Amino acid sequence: MTQREIVLPGSYIGERKGRKIVNCYVEGEKVYSKVLGVLKISDEEICVVPLAGKYFPKVGDRIIGRIEEIEVSGWWVDINSPYMAFLPLSEAVDEFVDVRRVDLSRFYDIDDIIFCKITKVTKNKIIQVSMKDVLARKLFGGITIKITPYKVARVIGKGGSMIELIKEKTGSEIYVGQNGVIWIKGGKKEKAIEAILTIEREAHTIGLTEKIAKMLSG
Amino acid sequence: MKKPEIPLIINGRRIDGRLPDEVREIKMSIGEILNADGSARVSFGNTEAIVAVYGPRALFPKFLQETDVGLVRVIYSMSPFSVDERKNPAPDRRSIEISKVTKEALSAAIFIEDFPKAVVDVYENIIQADGSTRVAAINAASLALASAGIPMKDLVAACSVGKVDDTLIVDLNGKEDNYSESDMAVAMMPSKGLITFLQMDGRLTKEEVLELLKKAEEVCKRIYELQKKTLLERYKMEKEEE
Repeated sequence: MTQREIVLPGSYIGERKGRKIVNCYVEGEKVYSKVLGVLKISDEEICVVPLAGKYFPKVGDRIIGRIEEIEVSGWWVDINSPYMAFLPLSEAVDEFVDVRRVDLSRFYDIDDIIFCKITKVTKNKIIQVSMKDVLARKLFGGITIKITPYKVARVIGKGGSMIELIKEKTGSEIYVGQNGVIWIKGGKKEKAIEAILTIEREAHTIGLTEKIAKMLSG
Repeated sequence: MKKPEIPLIINGRRIDGRLPDEVREIKMSIGEILNADGSARVSFGNTEAIVAVYGPRALFPKFLQETDVGLVRVIYSMSPFSVDERKNPAPDRRSIEISKVTKEALSAAIFIEDFPKAVVDVYENIIQADGSTRVAAINAASLALASAGIPMKDLVAACSVGKVDDTLIVDLNGKEDNYSESDMAVAMMPSKGLITFLQMDGRLTKEEVLELLKKAEEVCKRIYELQKKTLLERYKMEKEEE
């Protein structure tokens, strides 16, 4: 059984009964919410999906980052979060690279945009990303926009319906990172941006897909 | 203690016509500062505080970073136009002290271990002052923190109580604050019943302190309900989405 309601920090949710908890804290057996969010209860876990806040990296997330700094054996990547991620050379390039002779900027230079995957997050927030993923790639040209991370699901839509619609109507190439960064290239870029920002602004309204379809056709 | 020119309590009513246990009109709203991650505006009668929260964000200088806990920084300031005579906007002894105590009142509720090496900045600005500014700032800050998605144990509600003309009153205004025999600011996490902040000026007996604490708890619970209502109303729309 699942139920949905809005909870606030400190709201009492229920007994834990050995379940996994996400964004909650326990006092004895009682579970309370930690953040403002939507409650999802099932037999396995008690989860609060936040309605606001910054992006916090999770292993397995596919994100869009920007190369911030080049190190001796890797790159620092800005991932639109309070923390920087590190992209080690071994996770980025397949061939052997002699770091004493090769300038790493020939692979990834500062301000390059990459679509990558988070592979490691430690307790004190040391984050590692990898390019060894099917979808991972360097994104050439294009522009990036930022939206609130928790509205990314809305931009993608059920089974990718919304993003497919925008791609189809505008002819743009679009990548959506789970950290709230969206990369757009080609086609009617302005229209795509307008559509995405409308979705972000009106994420709560019903019948958004139809509205966007109308907006893009008109 | 200064002597007031006029009596502060006449026929059981206070100078602004309130009963001793009556709170001024409270208004709360959130999300007014679009650049901030969370913001709130709270007014108690003529006292008005506006608070912006930024973060969690990367903390610099780097030596302040802790690997296991995050940091909360609070800056309280009064606008030059918030009082009758211009207030120098530079941080003075009073603002620095209030920044420190409100930070402690709020950080008791925040899970700082959830954002190690990062910082949450809270900017409290009083745009109109008429007594009890620090409690207005705490109420607004707790709302702003919640709307910024910061993990917290509970919302923090605060109120001021005091004693004028041998009567125990709640929610002091500017005049009462200046001429009170004693005043006390209390912040608490109402659903837990924990006090996070307590400051007292003047003289009170033990019984009076206990009595005032009881009154403060009642008022805090009322403010807490209002805070919850404000937050739920703001996000109610999003509930219908799914």
